[in-house]
Amino acid sequence: MDYRWDFSAVLVNRALLLEGLQNTLILGTTCLALGLFFGLFVGAARYSANRWLHDPASVFVEVFRNTPVLVQIMWFFFAFPIIAPFQINAFTAATLGLTLNTVAFSSEIYRAGLQSIARGQWEAGKALGMTYWQQMRRVILPQAIRRMLPAFMNRAVELFKMTSLASVIAYGELMHKAKVISTIAFNPIEMYTAVALIFFAILFPATVLVRRFETSRNVRS
Amino acid sequence: MSPVLRLEGLHKSFDNLEVLKGIDLEVARGEVVVLLGASGSGKSTMLRCINFMEMPTAGRIHFDGDLVGRERNGRVQYKEEELTRLRARVGMVFQQFNLFPHMTALQNVMEGPRTVLRCDARECQRRGETYLNKVGLGWKANDYPARLSGGQQQRVAIARALAMEPEIMLFDEATSALDPELVGEVLETMKGLAEEGKTMLIVTHELGFAYTVADRVLFLSEGRILEQGTPSEVLTYPKQQGTKNFLRGHGTFRLPEPQID
Repeated sequence: MDYRWDFSAVLVNRALLLEGLQNTLILGTTCLALGLFFGLFVGAARYSANRWLHDPASVFVEVFRNTPVLVQIMWFFFAFPIIAPFQINAFTAATLGLTLNTVAFSSEIYRAGLQSIARGQWEAGKALGMTYWQQMRRVILPQAIRRMLPAFMNRAVELFKMTSLASVIAYGELMHKAKVISTIAFNPIEMYTAVALIFFAILFPATVLVRRFETSRNVRS
Repeated sequence: MSPVLRLEGLHKSFDNLEVLKGIDLEVARGEVVVLLGASGSGKSTMLRCINFMEMPTAGRIHFDGDLVGRERNGRVQYKEEELTRLRARVGMVFQQFNLFPHMTALQNVMEGPRTVLRCDARECQRRGETYLNKVGLGWKANDYPARLSGGQQQRVAIARALAMEPEIMLFDEATSALDPELVGEVLETMKGLAEEGKTMLIVTHELGFAYTVADRVLFLSEGRILEQGTPSEVLTYPKQQGTKNFLRGHGTFRLPEPQID
């Protein structure tokens, strides 16, 4: 191989890459927070016996679980402005796509977690005079979230990787910055290697943490 | 003074299965009523209808002289808010304890006052300690349920219900899930409450306990009250064939008085 690796353009453009990383983290964190928040309600609806809650929630979940995230992001960016009377920028489109996807997946984690809590726990809260949401907040969620945490952390790792898809609609996250720089500096191999390394450097410790958490839980229970 | 609780023609069906076929009952303040009956006779369902863990199919429930719900065209309609408020005034102890495993014994007892009654921190603490001490477990305040024996867990569950300072306590087979050697401590705790004048409605299979503690014993059979009276009337001199069969079944194998000193 006589390819000569040259990472100088990476270093020269580090400020731009840093800005991209920052945008990646903003996008990922926003979608994670919104996705986990709204996922609870969709999950509770899926868990509910009331079919007016259950059925729409199920349709939502199945649509977003069974279509590619890339298509969802593109759809919100290009198709959404046609059916809705307003334009949305790349960040909003990416946030919508990734958030709704996270809502769909996290709602399933919530539902499974809620189902794993014995009925007697709900009853004990109810018998004390708690409302449904008090039972949920004080009794069920604190127990269920402990069981859901590994799945959520895996989901978060997936989500941060998926943010790179926002580059296709020109949101200035890490991947998009790399693309821009590489077309100017003609060094796609070095740029994408750098991007991969940056992602790895952030996500690997996170996955190690997840694994350590899972094993420590197994030991305890 | 009006009875704490009055049931009028209480019916409960699950799909096509009619479990309660018209129960009438009054419980006076301070009274201890024990419900007996074979499994499937409807005693647990009856108890669970009283605090609306199950919704009655028909009939009226009066609490402290007031009808629960609104009557319209002969049917009673219930609002969830009213039922939630009512449950806060009725204590319930379950067969499976159902303690909150993520809270210590003390936190379990404080939870009702804290979340439902919105007591301030000092009052929560006071109630938590008072009622945990009352069941003799003040020394276990900071232990999680997993570290407690079954009998201790059930006593914490009793303290948790008591901390709401309810007007009536419902016990749904509170000792049925316990190892035999742990039954005594829970029954002792319940007996103590009865002696203090707590109003109690108890579903149990412990006939000796019923005999000692009850003011009145009800015998349920196929969703109806077949016989009721003082413990001696029902348990020693039963009149109905159903009651006699039940008592005969319970007395099949009996120890002579164990000689213990």
